[in-house]
Amino acid sequence: MSFKTKLGGAMLAAIMSTTAFHGAFAADTIKIGVLHSLSGTMAISETTLKDAMLMLVEEQNKKGGVLGKKLEAVVVDPASDWPLFAEKARQLISQDKVAAVFGCWTSSSRKSVLPVFEELNSILFYPVQYEGEESSRNIFYTGAAPNQQAIPAVDYLAENEGVERWVLAGTDYVYPQTTNKILKAYLMSKGVKEEDIMINYTPFGHSDWQTIVTDIKKFGSAGKKTAVVSTINGDANVPFYKELANQGIKAEDIPVVAFSVGEEELAGLDTAPLVGHLAAWNYFQSVDAPVNAEFIKTWHAFTKNDKRVTNDPMEAAYIGFNAWVKAVEAAGTTDTDKVLDSIIGVSVPNLSGGYSTVMPNHHITKPVLIGEIQADGQFEIVQQTPSVVGDEWSDYLPDSKDLISDWRKPMSCGNFNVATGKCGGKGS
Amino acid sequence: MLIRFITLVFLLLSIATSSFAQSDPKALIDQLGKADFKQAEELIGQIAATGDPRVVPALNAFGEGDLYARKSDGAVFITKAAGANFALIDPLTGESAGEAPKAAMVKLKINNNLRRVIRSAMGGLTLLSPDRTVRLQAADAVLRSPSAENLELVEAALAKETDREVKARMEEARAASILISNRSVEEKRAAIETVASLGGRGAISILMSASSSLDAALKPDVDAAIAKIETTQAFWDMGQNVWYGISLGSVLLLAAIGLAITFGVMGIINMAHGEMVMLGAYSTFVVQEAIRTSAPHLFDWSLAIALPVAFLVTAAAGLIIERGVIRFLYGRPLETLLATWGVSLILQQLVRSIFGPTNQEVGNPSWMSGAFQLGQMQITWNRLWIVAFSLTIFLGLLLLMKRSAFGLQMRAVTQNRRMASSMGIRTPWVDAFTFALGSGIAGIAGVALSQIDNVSPNLGQSYIIDSFMVVVFGGVGNLWGTLVGALSLGVLNKFLEPSVGAVLGKILVLVLIILFIQKRPRGLFALKGRAIEA
Repeated sequence: MSFKTKLGGAMLAAIMSTTAFHGAFAADTIKIGVLHSLSGTMAISETTLKDAMLMLVEEQNKKGGVLGKKLEAVVVDPASDWPLFAEKARQLISQDKVAAVFGCWTSSSRKSVLPVFEELNSILFYPVQYEGEESSRNIFYTGAAPNQQAIPAVDYLAENEGVERWVLAGTDYVYPQTTNKILKAYLMSKGVKEEDIMINYTPFGHSDWQTIVTDIKKFGSAGKKTAVVSTINGDANVPFYKELANQGIKAEDIPVVAFSVGEEELAGLDTAPLVGHLAAWNYFQSVDAPVNAEFIKTWHAFTKNDKRVTNDPMEAAYIGFNAWVKAVEAAGTTDTDKVLDSIIGVSVPNLSGGYSTVMPNHHITKPVLIGEIQADGQFEIVQQTPSVVGDEWSDYLPDSKDLISDWRKPMSCGNFNVATGKCGGKGS
Repeated sequence: MLIRFITLVFLLLSIATSSFAQSDPKALIDQLGKADFKQAEELIGQIAATGDPRVVPALNAFGEGDLYARKSDGAVFITKAAGANFALIDPLTGESAGEAPKAAMVKLKINNNLRRVIRSAMGGLTLLSPDRTVRLQAADAVLRSPSAENLELVEAALAKETDREVKARMEEARAASILISNRSVEEKRAAIETVASLGGRGAISILMSASSSLDAALKPDVDAAIAKIETTQAFWDMGQNVWYGISLGSVLLLAAIGLAITFGVMGIINMAHGEMVMLGAYSTFVVQEAIRTSAPHLFDWSLAIALPVAFLVTAAAGLIIERGVIRFLYGRPLETLLATWGVSLILQQLVRSIFGPTNQEVGNPSWMSGAFQLGQMQITWNRLWIVAFSLTIFLGLLLLMKRSAFGLQMRAVTQNRRMASSMGIRTPWVDAFTFALGSGIAGIAGVALSQIDNVSPNLGQSYIIDSFMVVVFGGVGNLWGTLVGALSLGVLNKFLEPSVGAVLGKILVLVLIILFIQKRPRGLFALKGRAIEA
């Protein structure tokens, strides 16, 4: 027996003893997985959600946990690496035996873990706005679908600002591409001419916006009111807004409405020159509701930092977590199939003072808020719609307009084609 | 319930009726407190129609979001933050009206549309102001959002105006207003000419928006005017594009110039180069935070203070990396690559743990904000300064390399290490300080880049590939090559971008570089002679 095998044996023993310890511990706790990148490019956004999940677990445990057991969060770091997301998801479900997983940010990471959740029959709560065109039995989409964010924002601009010319600017990947496709189809259905729509894509982390901002100005000088609909992602936003401010594009002249810019992104910016540019979300930190004030207070206490902002994905995580807790309590077990049955129709408070309901298509209802950027980095809400049901298959794309999703028995189908009357079609 | 409904109806009625009946500005301003966006728009029109110059500060404050209503009685005040309280100012008289806790006041909501309405109303109201700059702004405001109602005001103001510049601006504003009024065709024809003489995108915008409502007889005039502007504009656009290219090139130069030393001169494949840029940017952030808390009046100097700090911090980091890791790996490029890659990950995570993963705000000093107009070109101050800054660094480095004792030793060591060593040069220390110099330069590049990019732990990653590209393209070991490489890549990128888009443009540049390297493996300016064999 060489030294190496001895060492291997020792390590094996060590691993076994830790799993045994985990097993003993698992008897009186319920484990949930937190699958957010804590390193790499996405850490900038996802770390906050990890903190939010830990806070929610702590708060729930203060209230006595779930089913009389304490919750235990298992945090893993998929390091902004899409295949690693699948690996870590597998580890959470098979090794750590978590009852449900809260995580992912990018669509790529969600697409990477989707087969794992379906194969191992576990539940994922996905808290970020996304492009739709997907429905899985094992995933709950608590962020906004395009009809809960993009379309109401465009409507707002058309009605309140009289916008007739549209620049759809985005980062070159699946969410902006699909959202812009939907928006273009929607705008054209409203009578906007093709020459009044300009679509522009930029690479990830694009930092030189001079040409594009000039192009926007040029496009905007055709005598019609022009607006920019931005699906520019993450880091590229700061240089984009800095360039807008420096070139003197005021919100009164060419407003920019963004779907990926929230309080967190504005934290790295001097927002004084940006006052009036818009964002569409389902939640803003500035929402005036007692439940939100309470949430912000808890968040500041938990992070021991009263400058930390709250944002929309945090609200989505909050709704998803509470819906899961309620469903587990209704089912009396954390068993996946029973929870999947009991969660549909569950209503929990959202942070804008209303209620959000989990729908049979695994999306939720929530109001759409349009906010204008203020000099203090917060948003002033200029419009709030009644609750909107998330629409997974867009009605404005030819491929998906006939599809619906209903995970209740007996249909249990994520892509039911109402034209052919059959389950199946595009997507999974 | 019923009672509440009835009172609500009465309330609405009273707002509706009173808004027609009243012309007392104070009462109108107080009504703003209860109005929604649509009603507020009407009210602003009525407030402006009073023609009372006393309403100007109130409208201004409304536009700035400083107008608040007192919850207890609905009275509207201009506010200034005073600790936890608001200092209240009477909206009409401008007199102090005491203080109120922030919780007792509610902000009057404002949106873009209202801001536009206010801008246009203010234009009309302040055209007769005794202050020259205010009049100029007013004429500008009318020009940007012309309205037929303001036309007579503009003409009245024009009749009294004596200042030449203001007068010219008012003429333009008058022309823009005439185009959308119901004046005669002749007047409009003259107006088209005045607007067209303005030039630029602004003039096109005014003409285009007016063209739909214009008389058919005027169509050819408008089209000719627009076509004429477009031709001159095309020329300026070209110039603008070259400028953008130079500006992008200067950013590339900044990112690459440190690497031109560590990789170009020393031959170290330093994957942690981007992280040195990031450390420089974070040094700027730390300096600015310190200034904000202890000496806010020095803020405009923050970048100047940050430069030496960033240089020292990153040079020290470079020294430690060279002494701790790289010196054991000379002559083993693959291992150097992996080791420095590891160092870069460590540095990123270190910064992430200390400062958090989110972006940090690095402010622009006032002299780096905004833009100025050069003909029909717009040049932003921050880009201009960065171009100047990167060229200064380049020249400074060139002098150091060619004219100083240290530069001489550095070149001696890289060209013939053993000979240099026999001449008494302590080669290990020259290596260490050369690496530290390269890192320090990267650090001060970080100070400049913090002005245009976000300061986050990922900052460095976005520059590392570009930096290597520039150095390899320009020719390894040649500073001039780096300069020419950076600028030509910048200009090339900017000329590709408008026609093929940013994504494809970037790909094309990469493909072109690969093809170029196939043809000339040593880049634009290849070193000749013995040095390259070493």
